Amino acid sequence: MAAPRIIVIGGGLAGLAAVIKIAESGGTVDLFSIVPVKRSHSVCAQGGINAAKNLKGEGDTTDKHFDDTIYGGDFLANQTPVKAMCEAAPAIIDLLDRMGVPFNRTPEGLLDFRRFGGTLYNRTAFAGATTGQQLLYALDEQVRRYESEGKVKKYEGWEFLSAVVDSKGVARGITALDLRTMELRSFPADAIIVATGGNGAIFGKSTNSVVCTGSAQSALFQQGAFYGNGEFIQVHPTCIPGEDKLRLMSESARGEGGRVWVPRSAGDKRPIKQIPESERFYFLEEWYPKYGNLVPRDIATRAIHKVVYELGLGIDGSPMVYLDLTHIDRATLNRKLEGILEIYEKFVGDDPRDVPMKIFPGMHYTMGGLWIDFNQMTNIPGIFAAGECEYQYHGANRLGANSLVSCIYGGFVSGPKATAYAKSLAAAEGDGGHAAELTRQREVNNALLNNKGTENPFKLWRELGSTMTEHATVIRYNKGLKQADEKVVELLERYKNVNLSDKSQWANTSFAFARQLKNMLELSRAIVQGAILRDESRGAHYKPDFPDRNDEKYLKTTKAAFTGEPEGPRFEFEDVDIQYIKPRPRRYDATK
Amino acid sequence: MATKTVALEIKRQADPDSPAVWERFELPWRPGMNVISAMMEIAANPVTADGRPTTPITYDSNCLEEICGSCAMRINGKARMACSSLVDNLEQPIKVEPLSKFPLVRDLQVDRSVLFENLMRVKAWVPVDGTYDLGSGPRVFPQQQEANYPLSNCISCCCCMEVCPQFNEDTGFVGAATIAQVKLFNNHPTGKVFKEERLRALAGDGGIQECGFAQNCVEICPKGLPLTEAISDMSRDVLIQKAKDLVRG
Repeated sequence: MAAPRIIVIGGGLAGLAAVIKIAESGGTVDLFSIVPVKRSHSVCAQGGINAAKNLKGEGDTTDKHFDDTIYGGDFLANQTPVKAMCEAAPAIIDLLDRMGVPFNRTPEGLLDFRRFGGTLYNRTAFAGATTGQQLLYALDEQVRRYESEGKVKKYEGWEFLSAVVDSKGVARGITALDLRTMELRSFPADAIIVATGGNGAIFGKSTNSVVCTGSAQSALFQQGAFYGNGEFIQVHPTCIPGEDKLRLMSESARGEGGRVWVPRSAGDKRPIKQIPESERFYFLEEWYPKYGNLVPRDIATRAIHKVVYELGLGIDGSPMVYLDLTHIDRATLNRKLEGILEIYEKFVGDDPRDVPMKIFPGMHYTMGGLWIDFNQMTNIPGIFAAGECEYQYHGANRLGANSLVSCIYGGFVSGPKATAYAKSLAAAEGDGGHAAELTRQREVNNALLNNKGTENPFKLWRELGSTMTEHATVIRYNKGLKQADEKVVELLERYKNVNLSDKSQWANTSFAFARQLKNMLELSRAIVQGAILRDESRGAHYKPDFPDRNDEKYLKTTKAAFTGEPEGPRFEFEDVDIQYIKPRPRRYDATK
Repeated sequence: MATKTVALEIKRQADPDSPAVWERFELPWRPGMNVISAMMEIAANPVTADGRPTTPITYDSNCLEEICGSCAMRINGKARMACSSLVDNLEQPIKVEPLSKFPLVRDLQVDRSVLFENLMRVKAWVPVDGTYDLGSGPRVFPQQQEANYPLSNCISCCCCMEVCPQFNEDTGFVGAATIAQVKLFNNHPTGKVFKEERLRALAGDGGIQECGFAQNCVEICPKGLPLTEAISDMSRDVLIQKAKDLVRG
């Protein structure tokens, strides 16, 4: 039989990792990406990648990595795939090293490791503070090599719109839009791997890149794919607030000794250097003596919220706290953190080697995502998912430096699994649904272009972002969540009245954005309603009215199914695989 | 009460065949505003300074923290990243134009795929045997890592090519970014297996000999890559390679 045709959507770490595995095994791949793959959001990852290589004589093991990840995720992640990921991680680091990633080194020329949040071990390999960039480039280079051999065809500047599904519900290809010519086309495939990242844009401003809208996940959700654990959204404790986005200040700043503090007395007007140690409130170190500044992100974020909003100790009364590196010598900072220090310098104007940085939490990571089985396949046969767009590896809270390893590992699993699936796939009947799906998409496009309404899609998006950030991030109340859901319904209604100020058929960014916006709105309901249903606090999901974890009722994966009905998605709950580590209370203020 | 505003003049072009026109915008000023947030504001309210409705501006952008390399454009005549161009540091009206040396798509969006093609030509990768568990990589001392890491920071923004007087259709010059990547991969213990091929690729038409040492590249690079050093190192290696090839005949 002919070699299977596989489509990969998304050219970040997960997508590229999948492409490499497929090409290496002799297959050919069509790779779709909105941006040139080298500009994918993985490039923004800063601090490092976890693997229990135990090169610091600490007795670290992959089992400890596994335990830290499950415990950090508050026992919501299925344990079998997480265990396999942690076991695979050391070999992934070796591979990246062989591919030429310029990891930092020890004097002897071995890989250097640093400590990250939610662990007591130096387990994080790093390339300065631009690890994601370096990893993405390494995989991009390997894919370019396969491209030169004709095994990979890139469709850069194409946006995925929908899956093509046959009469039996089996995926047979995709439809996509050329963002330059605005051409709509369908592409046949025997298997499809979706690797389209997170959904930060739903929250307006986040640490995510512009393309991280969750649009592809939502399109598939609306075509029948389950969306898992959508309510779990990570808010990173240390970001620089900005007009256009929230810029990440890596956890590695704390891994290298950075300390978070505020003046003990509200409104302390003295210059920073005149505030003596005894009058500085190092609240993470006081509240969490064992982990200190390296508690997991959900814990640090809530602590900062408490300091700012309950204790009223934000710097100058504003929602900011200090992240202080000034006690560390400049040469060390430059060697290990230069990338992020430059970001702060360029965007804020102060040198963080001299002046403590002012930071505040910001939406950062999507723990939830497309529901997949242990072979990375969604419930739509033939559609696989890998990376941040799926829900599998991080439970209720992701540990720092676990995202890069989960992306690459998920890509490495999905590539071969998709190939095996595609090889055993029976031929489609008729055209496999291509003509019908093209017609459906053309109708959506025409309706959008011809709409004579009055609503500006970018303004609707701002309203969505502020509602979601207010009600569905750090602290959640059912009343607020219900308001948010009502707001989303209102926005969906107003979306029907959207009017594009640009109706041209050439590089029309408003058109592409308006299509994404519809998908963001639909996915928002899965996030908000999932949060309403979960009356407990677990990992990043925190409800003051239900402050404890409730394993009896909620040690379950949330699965949202699209209905198209006014009341929103239908939900079901699935038991979590806890066969290796028995759930125990998650207490970072006490010994584990 | 008069509120503080920001004035921009943006060069618009609907498609490659249409004439270019300038549009002026006046937007409310906000602290920390950059050229990207100004264009986001225009998208939400697409009206020119004289009250005429217009379209949102087409431009490339993604990470907005100067690491993805997307949003290179000419701002007040200088090639730079729009995300790290803070409004408060720019003279107004801020004049925004597309890069001039690359095929225009629309407005501020240009096609920079030539760089990725060049990277393919010089085999800018480490040829690993496979992705299986083949043990650890070659030992690399910190001194070498510290020499290579800056070269690996290239974000493919193409600013160095935009400002290079030699980068044009007449010379077909490959540009500084690609030359720096040749140095990076030739320095790698495994990557250097293609060293000779890469140097020969730089020796042909549009190769390294086209460099006129204007040094604009190193001055403009937003990531501070040691580009002129890479060019002179690779010029030397290309000459040595040519001599070797001549002797081998």
